[in-house]
Amino acid sequence: MTARLPPGLQLEKVDDRIMTLNVGPQHPGSGHMRLIIKVDGDYIVSCDPDPGYVHRGEEKMAEYRNYITNIPHLERPVIHDSCNILYPYCLGVEELLGIEVPERAKYVRVIASELNRFTYTLYWLGIYGIFLGHSTMFMWPMGDREFAIDLLEKLTGARVTHSYFVPGGIRNDAPANFEDVCLRQINYLEKRLKTYADIFYDNPILIARTEKTGVLSREDAIRLGTTGTVLRASGVDYDVRTKEPYDVYDELDVHTNVLKNGDSYDRSKTPWLDMLESCNIIRQALEKMPKSGSVRVKLKPNPKGGNDEVYKRVESGRGSLGVYIVSRSKPEPYRVKLSVGSFRNLICMPYLLKGEKLGNMPAVYWSLNYWPVEADR
Amino acid sequence: MSDSDTSIQETETKPVVENQQELPKFEKDHSDKITAKFGSKTEIAFVKPDRIRVNVKKEDILDVASFIRDELNYDHAESVTGVDFPADKEIEVVYHLGSYTDPQLSRQVLSLATRAPREDNPNPGNDSTKLPSLRDIFYSVEFHERECFEMLGVFFEGHPDNRRLLLPEDWADLPPLRKDFAIKGR
Amino acid sequence: MLKDLITPQTANAFVGKLGDILVKAIHQPLEYAINWGRLWSLWPVHIETACCSVEFGAASSPRYDVERFGIIEAFGSLRQCDLVVVQGTITRKMAPRLRLVYDQMPEPKYVIAMGACAITGGLYFDSYNVLPGIDGVLPVDVYVPGCPPRPETLIQGCILLQEKIKRMKVR
Repeated sequence: MTARLPPGLQLEKVDDRIMTLNVGPQHPGSGHMRLIIKVDGDYIVSCDPDPGYVHRGEEKMAEYRNYITNIPHLERPVIHDSCNILYPYCLGVEELLGIEVPERAKYVRVIASELNRFTYTLYWLGIYGIFLGHSTMFMWPMGDREFAIDLLEKLTGARVTHSYFVPGGIRNDAPANFEDVCLRQINYLEKRLKTYADIFYDNPILIARTEKTGVLSREDAIRLGTTGTVLRASGVDYDVRTKEPYDVYDELDVHTNVLKNGDSYDRSKTPWLDMLESCNIIRQALEKMPKSGSVRVKLKPNPKGGNDEVYKRVESGRGSLGVYIVSRSKPEPYRVKLSVGSFRNLICMPYLLKGEKLGNMPAVYWSLNYWPVEADR
Repeated sequence: MSDSDTSIQETETKPVVENQQELPKFEKDHSDKITAKFGSKTEIAFVKPDRIRVNVKKEDILDVASFIRDELNYDHAESVTGVDFPADKEIEVVYHLGSYTDPQLSRQVLSLATRAPREDNPNPGNDSTKLPSLRDIFYSVEFHERECFEMLGVFFEGHPDNRRLLLPEDWADLPPLRKDFAIKGR
Repeated sequence: MLKDLITPQTANAFVGKLGDILVKAIHQPLEYAINWGRLWSLWPVHIETACCSVEFGAASSPRYDVERFGIIEAFGSLRQCDLVVVQGTITRKMAPRLRLVYDQMPEPKYVIAMGACAITGGLYFDSYNVLPGIDGVLPVDVYVPGCPPRPETLIQGCILLQEKIKRMKVR
């Protein structure tokens, strides 16, 4: 071909046997993410992920807004887990400006962060059920999730996109009878969560579809730099809440769930075990929380950081979420980088899907806990 | 070579760290190992609790990264960030490295930073903004370096696949995260 | 007697009256029935764009149950669907694909723009990769504002669409 190709197109030699499929941006799964899969009969030969359909330029926009007005748009990558994205940003800005957060605010932050783990993981479980055709597993988690959203609505005022965490603490205090209501609903949620074992985790169809597919060994999980439940399902005991505790996690007793096999079944079970652990964390935090006190340190308008940089991380539903802030004595940050768990786990996709059958692809793809909006930022 | 020499910087764009009297011991041992082996090729920017930063020139980064992986037991990269400094005419790429296998290092994040020259009219892939890729040393940087290439125009030599990842296929403008790319209305 | 009635002068009026009777007796009830069938079984395409998809999923949950209005997300192909709910931000990379999805659907089809980002670009109006609203790409029937709109707001938007369909001419 002597003519120059327009940008964005590339030439490919066509093989008789291998067919290229587009698991395209619109697919009966969740989110816009394209996988260019080459199939030989029923087996996947190679997989090329093509993210970026929801790339909204968060990091560029963060350089034009100051530290406080950055909060509403930085929480949009995962709106139902919004507290966990703002958490490392707020911790970082507090370190840059030298602020010490009051004790009660730290406890309420921990409770809000764990409640967000519920809303994210239950949504993910619902979509996992519907991927595999189990529509009851879509309805039960989505219904139970409304209890956690009720609690968050009482606390923050919004169902999702709470904008609750600010540098200096939290926006406003929990209402008066929040502790009793929270305890009651968490006890009910825990009972409901345990019933999922009957319909889902002990279900022979799920076991047949997900066991021994997409196996990620321990060495590979470390070498590929995966994070979160994908890492813990492959036998590596690493959770930012226990290894580098932030806020009051060093006073709470957190147990990490580690499973050995590294296949899709383990990756689907680890978030559920983490949710049961969150119930314990919330109960402990409610007991130890100081009953009254201030919850916010007021900042002067337009605070400026010095010539400094900071990197903080937090355990979110998808894994360790790190925020790297560079500041240069202006009200706006010089550079904000979000290092999200979904983007770090993206490298597993071409690695795990090679050699799988095409029918196993939904089970493996969604078990990697990939949220497209967050990976694209 | 004490840290008080390196902590006072000349230009305004490098981070300014106050002269610290007492540095955390564990991290200081770490940074001393690096300076013992490489001497003046590396520069320790700061030593804070759980965070160390090492500045390297781009010719030496492969050796330093291999040393960090083999001797100091860091095994994966958490993220790769590119920062644009038009005043210095340089683009800085920072690798944040962590360790899953070594229990003593589970809190540490080591920042390895290097700089590449910056041109005013970039032609990504064909101009002087090139850096050696760390993919053979840390496999986990593969997609992060691709994103850095398209967002800032830094070409990574040795990376098998320097291609677009997040931007549309027909993006023909400046790399977006550069400071001279202004978003509309601002 | 009929021959006396239908003369060349009165034929027009006669045909006009016959037409009126046909419209009232057959065409209007038929139109009503067809529209009634369409508006109680709107099947949206599964196109979960960005943030607002979470509230769309919550609208299908047992608490807000949008299925009682006939809106079931058809998890099969989009050639059986007749509603596109654009949930959230559309980027420049996604816009041609969205148009492709819309063109592949059979007539009649309706579009709901959900969320501030689909209406005007929302919070991301100044980003380099975001379309300021989908008006240039798809013909929108109902706009549902909010960031994100509550599931009840989305249901109100669907009911507004139903009111609109009731008044549409059947093609």
